[in-house]
Amino acid sequence: MNATLKSLSTTLAAGKASSVELCQDYLARIQALNVSLNAFISVDADKTLAEARAADALRASGQGGLLTGAPIAHKDIFCAEGWLTTCGSKMLSNFISPYDAHVIERFKAAGMPCLGKTNMDEFAMGSSNETSFYGPVRNPWDAERVPGGSSGGSAACVAARMAPAATGTDTGGSIRQPAALCGITGLKPTYGVVSRYGMIAFASSLDQGGPMAQTAEDCALLLNVMAGFDARDSTSLERPKEDYARGLNQPLAGLRIGLPREFFGPGLVGDTAKAVEEAIAQLRKLGAETVEVGLPNSNLSVAAYYVLAPAEASSNLSRFDGVRYGYRTPEYRDLTDMYEKTRAEGFGSEVKRRIMIGSYVLSHGYYDAYYIQAQRLRRLIANDFSAAFQQCDVILSPTAPTTAFKLGEKTADPVEMYLSDIYTIAVNLAGLPGMSLPCGFDARGLPIGLQLIGNYFDEARMLGVAHQYQLATDWHQRRPAMEGDA
Amino acid sequence: MQWETVIGLEVHTQLTTQSKIFSGASIAFGAAPNTQACQVDIALPGVLPVLNKGAVERGIRFGLAIGAKLNRINSFDRKNYFYPDLPKGYQISQFALPIVEGGELTVQVGDAEKTIRITRAHLEEDAGKSLHEDFHGMTGIDLNRAGTPLLEIVSEPDMRSAKEAVAYAKALHTLVTWIGICDGNMQEGSFRVDANVSVRPVGQKEFGTRREIKNLNSFRFMEQAINYEIRWQIEQIEDGHKIQQATVLFDPDKCETRAMRSKEDAHDYRYFPDPDLLPVQLDEDWIEQVRAGLPELPQQKQARYQGEWNLSAYDAATLTGSRALADYFEAVVAGLTKPDPKLAANWVMGDLSATLNKDNLDIADSRISAAQLAGLLARIQDGTLSGKLAKQVFEAMWAGEAEGDNAADAIIEARGLKQVSDSGEIEKIIDEVMAANAKSVEEFRSGKEKAFNALVGQVMKASKGKANPQQVNDLLRQKLNA
Repeated sequence: MNATLKSLSTTLAAGKASSVELCQDYLARIQALNVSLNAFISVDADKTLAEARAADALRASGQGGLLTGAPIAHKDIFCAEGWLTTCGSKMLSNFISPYDAHVIERFKAAGMPCLGKTNMDEFAMGSSNETSFYGPVRNPWDAERVPGGSSGGSAACVAARMAPAATGTDTGGSIRQPAALCGITGLKPTYGVVSRYGMIAFASSLDQGGPMAQTAEDCALLLNVMAGFDARDSTSLERPKEDYARGLNQPLAGLRIGLPREFFGPGLVGDTAKAVEEAIAQLRKLGAETVEVGLPNSNLSVAAYYVLAPAEASSNLSRFDGVRYGYRTPEYRDLTDMYEKTRAEGFGSEVKRRIMIGSYVLSHGYYDAYYIQAQRLRRLIANDFSAAFQQCDVILSPTAPTTAFKLGEKTADPVEMYLSDIYTIAVNLAGLPGMSLPCGFDARGLPIGLQLIGNYFDEARMLGVAHQYQLATDWHQRRPAMEGDA
Repeated sequence: MQWETVIGLEVHTQLTTQSKIFSGASIAFGAAPNTQACQVDIALPGVLPVLNKGAVERGIRFGLAIGAKLNRINSFDRKNYFYPDLPKGYQISQFALPIVEGGELTVQVGDAEKTIRITRAHLEEDAGKSLHEDFHGMTGIDLNRAGTPLLEIVSEPDMRSAKEAVAYAKALHTLVTWIGICDGNMQEGSFRVDANVSVRPVGQKEFGTRREIKNLNSFRFMEQAINYEIRWQIEQIEDGHKIQQATVLFDPDKCETRAMRSKEDAHDYRYFPDPDLLPVQLDEDWIEQVRAGLPELPQQKQARYQGEWNLSAYDAATLTGSRALADYFEAVVAGLTKPDPKLAANWVMGDLSATLNKDNLDIADSRISAAQLAGLLARIQDGTLSGKLAKQVFEAMWAGEAEGDNAADAIIEARGLKQVSDSGEIEKIIDEVMAANAKSVEEFRSGKEKAFNALVGQVMKASKGKANPQQVNDLLRQKLNA
């Protein structure tokens, strides 16, 4: 069960196991562990195995691809035909999608069976997976702690080896932060590389789907499947097809790694600081140089984000009105009453908080002071990165300020929770690619994540750096001790 | 107190694209409810809009036709409000940067010309329909119309009477159908007018408080509604009341306007740029390509008809009332070997229009083609037909007595209606008539001018109406005075 996608691919190609057998193993493990971890919202063995049989047939016919037959779990934010697609919300607790998201289409076309839909913060709003209508996901390294969020189910299921890989989405750190807290590798591509069609929108100008897996190499293979132009998403970028694995074996000699001084200030302490310093030393040993860079406006990114993301969300979530699909309150007097009760009952408190913030900042008389101002900050933050990339090839920082925190520890203080994403948010505002990979453990044995930030469309180089680091270290191979494991 | 009326119009024109503005669903009218609403139109979770280039192209056409500024970069915003037939909970519209800004339209109001300035025209999507009648205690939602492309054309408050407003609306209707961006079908809601109406004492600079009459879908109702609204507002003010800003609906049965919502209910639409759509860039090549494809516009044609063809302003305006009419008229002129636009104009605006009106037909459905009419007029020009005979042939053609471009000749032949212009033949008839009507001849010669007409009548009768009347006149007078 510790196999990477790469090795599963070899196994399948050699005929040592069928997709059906692999899926049965993973489904059995999901059944055994999900009760305690709650990483999946929906599992449907019949559907998975039907897809596995089709994948086996495809391989047998000689038409399979590299990953045909290897299974994957999908974040429940991706619409998948015939699957309950809840986005972690009561609002969509009865919504069976009649269509496939572009990302789902791509994985189906690659012959990768879906193992199930993973738990997440409601509408991807959260950094701990505690806002899910389906209950919190537990961190496989410590069941009393959160897995991070919002792609907490995807991160936890990969860490617990319930799936070899999963999809996630990242609006302010929702792939990278849970990847860090669960000790796996996850990548958010350049905005526009992965189509958002069928990915339920949180904040449209920031949302981006991406892969979560054990290794950078697997992420590269998955990105090869996910990426590509889609005419149904106007923000999807039309670019020549590229092989994201092409830079994996690129030596690091001469690579310039930028270290933003703002991210290595007094806020960075203890085991996280130490692990990141050691990772830097390791990369230097591999031939990379480091250079100090400045991101002077990065301290404004959380503030700008919490204007822009809620503004877009408040509008994106208006379609959940009880009229056409999803939850509708059982009893109501009239239309307004139906709207009010449906939305009051269907949304959780964090979602409501953000809808209110978003409605406020867009309202007449406040728009210029908040929304327009935040857009200006966004431009400044993006300019900072452009300047930094004049001096370096890739930027390095911690992924999250702390390791996994306890369930309930930050739920009372939203701002404290929002600061979990302090290192990741600026990347979304700038539309840059970023990733997180394991770089050590704290004194409690909890994983620590290292963030790499690439220039626009520089995923391949970033993945190469991560892969070279993973060839020299074994943090990504460590796994939590799960019930029943030998 | 003397009152002045101030009117501005917002006109929603439905564009003639095949599919919706942000999805591939058809916009054809009249389909069964919700059969033309795809997953984008019903706003399923995760779906995204993709802009229909054809809608933008039609916006460019309009901007060029009114001499407006085309915003080389224009963009879409979200207008947020909740309504069951608005599936996303927001309408995608152009708020901050519309495709068209400025421009004007000159209209004929009676004998005067008036120029109405256009503020802006922006692209947006239509909402669906709420059906309250068919469902007991419930409301049905039909989303076929949701996402239909609209160009909303907003005028300056430049009109001063219902008549002017109607003249402008009609001219706009002519223009948008002329350039093919809208089918103009008002019954189906392809051309809907909202009128902002206010009154103020003559001489006052500031505008009065306006009320907006929504969804006027005929020119007749429009005039009635505005006139009612003007009277109502004046009465209110003269009775000491203040006008409250409001949205009103016109009830054509009772012929009155009724308040729908007041300003207090006004929404804060929380406009912001739609992050799902990139700004639209209009490049010069595209604009020039669209310009090259534009037909000659009504005002250009009017100038040409007056300048080159010597038609009156009234004739020129009438003949350019629709593109189909102008095309027909020009085809008639082109069909004549000896060009005579005035003759063509008289027949198109006279007998043809009257007959079309009588049968309630549009020019496009005329039973007489332009080539057939030209064939008829050629026979008037060469003296084959008198005006009276030509009317007979026209009626026979309308009744379908002959087919093809040479229908007039076929009817003349079959009915033997050829005008007699051979003076020898006419003289012969005159001699016979004079011999048979010695008394009348005598009376004329003794100074009774009336007797002349009686003799002309006899000659025409004897020739079965075919004698050239002018020749009959001349020859008869010669003979009587001989």
